Amino acid sequence: LADVSHVMGAIKTQSPLPRTFSRGMVQDPSHFDVLVMPNLYGDILSDLCAGLIGGLGVTPSGNIGANGVAIFESVHGTAPDIAGKDLANPTALLLSAVMMLRHMGLHGHAKKIETACFDTIRDEKVLTKDLGGNAKCSEFTADICRRVQDMD
Amino acid sequence: KHTTIIMATLTKVLKPILGSQLGNTAKHVVIYLSYFHDYHAHVICPLNVIHYVYLQPPPAKYGGRHTVALIPGDGIGPELLNHVRELFRFCCVPVDFEVVHVNSASTREDDINNAIMAIRRNGVALKGNIETNHTMPPNHKSRNNLLRTSLDLYANMMHCQSLPGVHTRHKNIDIIIIRENTEGEYSSLEHESVSGVVESLKIITRNNSLRIADYAFRLARDKGRRRVTAVHKANIMKLGDGLFLQCCKEVASGYPDIEFDSMIVDNTTMQLVSKPHQFDVMLMPNLYGNVVSNVCAGLVGGPGLVPGANYGRDYAVFETATRNTGKSIANRNIANPTAMLLASCLMLDHLKLHDYANMIRGAILTTMNETRLHTVDIGGQGTTSEVVQSIMRIIQSSGPLTTEI
Repeated sequence: LADVSHVMGAIKTQSPLPRTFSRGMVQDPSHFDVLVMPNLYGDILSDLCAGLIGGLGVTPSGNIGANGVAIFESVHGTAPDIAGKDLANPTALLLSAVMMLRHMGLHGHAKKIETACFDTIRDEKVLTKDLGGNAKCSEFTADICRRVQDMD
Repeated sequence: KHTTIIMATLTKVLKPILGSQLGNTAKHVVIYLSYFHDYHAHVICPLNVIHYVYLQPPPAKYGGRHTVALIPGDGIGPELLNHVRELFRFCCVPVDFEVVHVNSASTREDDINNAIMAIRRNGVALKGNIETNHTMPPNHKSRNNLLRTSLDLYANMMHCQSLPGVHTRHKNIDIIIIRENTEGEYSSLEHESVSGVVESLKIITRNNSLRIADYAFRLARDKGRRRVTAVHKANIMKLGDGLFLQCCKEVASGYPDIEFDSMIVDNTTMQLVSKPHQFDVMLMPNLYGNVVSNVCAGLVGGPGLVPGANYGRDYAVFETATRNTGKSIANRNIANPTAMLLASCLMLDHLKLHDYANMIRGAILTTMNETRLHTVDIGGQGTTSEVVQSIMRIIQSSGPLTTEI
């Protein structure tokens, strides 16, 4: 990490211990920006941070390989109890798709969908059950689509 | 490994402890000293009443005064421990400190060996954190780690409680964290057989896992807690954490009155920051213990508030729970003395000086919750010495004989 940051120059780096992160993250997460770490700490801290922003139902993720090969996924479970009932919250998978669009260079489309999604959640009118509302998955998605269309 | 002991010798030892219950029935009593249970004696009387007797070596006590090893450490350690001594002098606590300095910059192990010897001599210690410099060569071991493993302080206990006077997002948290303190990822066993490829050994043993699980369940029972949650990553580390989990389950079966469940460590941290009230007693190996205890310290208000204790079979060492050196705030009179002072109260409880412990603890909590004199780390503007003075004033006003402030 020290070698790479020397090359990249302008970006500030810090190397606190994982325990300092976990405590600092809980007390004042705002002074962390980008975090890079080995596998196990990443597993623990990514779930910790997901807990801070609302849980795995709204957390996107991507796995990037060496040749630009990438897989984007939501990290929540398969929720067999609500599968096929049009009840699930699509936010995590949708935002992961937005990450994918950015990875592909389609920033315009990514920005539009992300803004529409955030606006729908911020508005609080059409929310799925896990976010405190009683809309169906398709209704939530339709609202996002409407906002995207209105943007054009 | 069990040993059957000759009756006459042991009834002499146990008679004052168990009183007249032994008496004439002595010849029917059979005692097993189990090495696994570390000096516990199971006494089976003819009336089928089982007594657990904890035979621990008495702490160093001469002329009614205890002697405790004191290791100032680095950063904020020395100043906080000076406040502890100041407070103890003020309250006339019958404890004398044997101060042992450990130079963290030295590569020689003489200092830390002296400290370990002092702790062996006295049985109890109060310490500040000794800095571990990352730039030292790999064979330079962490002094704190060396102390814990040499003295076999296998259980790290941290009781996280919300203080009503401290503003936090989640209120009324009451979690006990039991962390295995001697092995796991802290075994300091690493090698680089191929340049640029490092292998680290995480050691999990059946013996130590059973031991820490037993400690956790006994503590839960003694403190009337309902549930123990084991934290692990056995889905990935199937042999290591798998063994740990298996040992926890085995011990759990011997405590049917206490609920047992387990949770994977990543989910645990997520649950802690969103729904911390579901946890009661948490039990885990070394590294997860480090992370989880820091998360919990953050939940109740920060590193300046929570005391920690390290217990072994023969020794006990008390310190702040999150073991911070606090280099950046050292000697500026801004450090929060609460954690270290509460740790000294845990030490007084260990020495069975409960009256002094409760008096000091009460004054600290009054300062935190009623007077609300807070240091910078918890949003106030008080200095370390102002907080300590406030505690002394409260103790003086509540009556007992004290020296001058």
